Amino acid sequence: MRIDFNHLQQWIGEGSRVLDLGCGDGTLLKYLRDSKQVNGYGLEIDPGQIEACIGLGVNVINQNLDRGLGNFADKSFDTVLMTQALQTMYFPHKVLDEMLRVGKECIITFPNFGHYKARFHLAFRGRMPVSDLLPYEWYNTPNIHFCTFKDFEVLCHEKHINVLNRQVVNERTSQFLGNLNPNLFGETAIYHLSK
Amino acid sequence: MTTPLPPESVGLVTPRTALLQQPLTLACGRTLDNYELVYETYGTLNAEGSNAVLICHALSGDHHAAGYHTESDRKPGWWNHYIGPGKAIDTNRFYVVSLNNLGGCSGSTGPSSIEPETGSPWGARFPTLRVRDWVHAQARLADHLGINQWAAVVGGSLGGMQAMRWALEYPNRIRHCIVIASALKLSAQNIAFNETARQAIMSDPNFFEGDYLAHDTYPKSGLAVARMIGHITYLSDHVMGEKFGRDLRSGSFEQGLNDLVEFQVESYLRYQGDTFSDKFDANTYILMTRALDYFDLAREYNDDPAEAFRRAQCGFYVASFSTDWRFPVERSREIVDALIAADKSVSYAEIDSPYGHDAFLLPNEHYEQTFRQYMARITTE
Repeated sequence: MRIDFNHLQQWIGEGSRVLDLGCGDGTLLKYLRDSKQVNGYGLEIDPGQIEACIGLGVNVINQNLDRGLGNFADKSFDTVLMTQALQTMYFPHKVLDEMLRVGKECIITFPNFGHYKARFHLAFRGRMPVSDLLPYEWYNTPNIHFCTFKDFEVLCHEKHINVLNRQVVNERTSQFLGNLNPNLFGETAIYHLSK
Repeated sequence: MTTPLPPESVGLVTPRTALLQQPLTLACGRTLDNYELVYETYGTLNAEGSNAVLICHALSGDHHAAGYHTESDRKPGWWNHYIGPGKAIDTNRFYVVSLNNLGGCSGSTGPSSIEPETGSPWGARFPTLRVRDWVHAQARLADHLGINQWAAVVGGSLGGMQAMRWALEYPNRIRHCIVIASALKLSAQNIAFNETARQAIMSDPNFFEGDYLAHDTYPKSGLAVARMIGHITYLSDHVMGEKFGRDLRSGSFEQGLNDLVEFQVESYLRYQGDTFSDKFDANTYILMTRALDYFDLAREYNDDPAEAFRRAQCGFYVASFSTDWRFPVERSREIVDALIAADKSVSYAEIDSPYGHDAFLLPNEHYEQTFRQYMARITTE
């Protein structure tokens, strides 16, 4: 179980209807189905991941998120989820708008580009950060729109989005420091939003 | 000298015929007192009768979906890539039933059968059929075979329409519905292709208003042109380019008009048209294309496909192919969106393939894997 899955499940109600954007191999939806009788769909574009979802018996829809969610009705899901995929979107702010239109609530997790390791990499080596947290080179990374926790807070403020809950989770570095100064020491953010 | 049949096939199969004697009232209001359906089965029905899978064929398909009829057969059944031991539709697990639909020309009662009252072929007097008539006839065949509920009803193209209709007409008799390269209804362009094909048949001087058998002839060239039109729409531009390009079969550009140039693609299409018109019945072609045109899943549900699908109780797997322009991916997305709006269990795969509409019949790893994974989750207990 990925660490962000463990934390976000506390904000998902029993038997709720969930849409998981970029659902990967379907692990999260399967876990939510088995533990909370959640039903719903995952959206995915990777052929191998789609096969894996079907193999787990998870409902998966082949759909490119950059094409929007125009085929889903307003507030037709209790929760719309997106874990570690916001930074791969062409237009993250539009995806966020769509999530808040389709879902009564949203949960988003993303990596913190303001993490001290990334800052050190850029500041002292003068190179784009490559680390165990962000293992790609600048030219082959699927992560095209990085933000820091602060950046995301500013976007939520500008869009009048309610932050219901926020949490920082650290897997590789100190959780204590992450809580003390999330924008510098936090690895992964989990935001619980509504509008 | 014959070569042994491939081990991964169901091997030799023999078609059987069911005589169904309970009168069937059709959507057009007419009644067939009795009719025959020819079918094949692969695998074994379990004691509970819960592992049966129905295969619904498309426009020009028939009951011969897998295996071989004789050891010297050049080709296996039309869906042999996906039906067999260890294949996506695994005949080690499932009891597979594949029939020739009512109105067909491969042994089931149809326009070329003898009309009991007159003792001559039905011809144009054969009742017009809708997709739902096929579904009802298939349900009678299920009764005949002792199958109360299908583990899955599976179909591509026109077959997918039958599978969807099953989900609405007999929600308690189907656990999974598999809809491949299909649509909720045909587009105007699609109907236009069908009408052009029908006109090719009807304008053949040997058509005789559909009563060609009574005149001891048949509209061979009309049916061949109809098939050529269809065939163009089943392939992608890309595949035609790859396969034939502008290569010549005979003649040369230099000699101009005196020596007619024949492109490879012309020769190919003529061959397809000729072989098809030798084995297929023109009235069946007209009847089946009309059933395609009239099909509109949601018409009686206020034209709301989500409302239609709310009746369904089964799980759905939907697939489409990137270069299919006869049943494009958008048509499958409409099916999926309606299923989501109706809060039904559905998975959808958009398969990358260069082969156009025909892709649903051809080997493709991702298609095979998603199909296999879905079938593997279907319980047979």
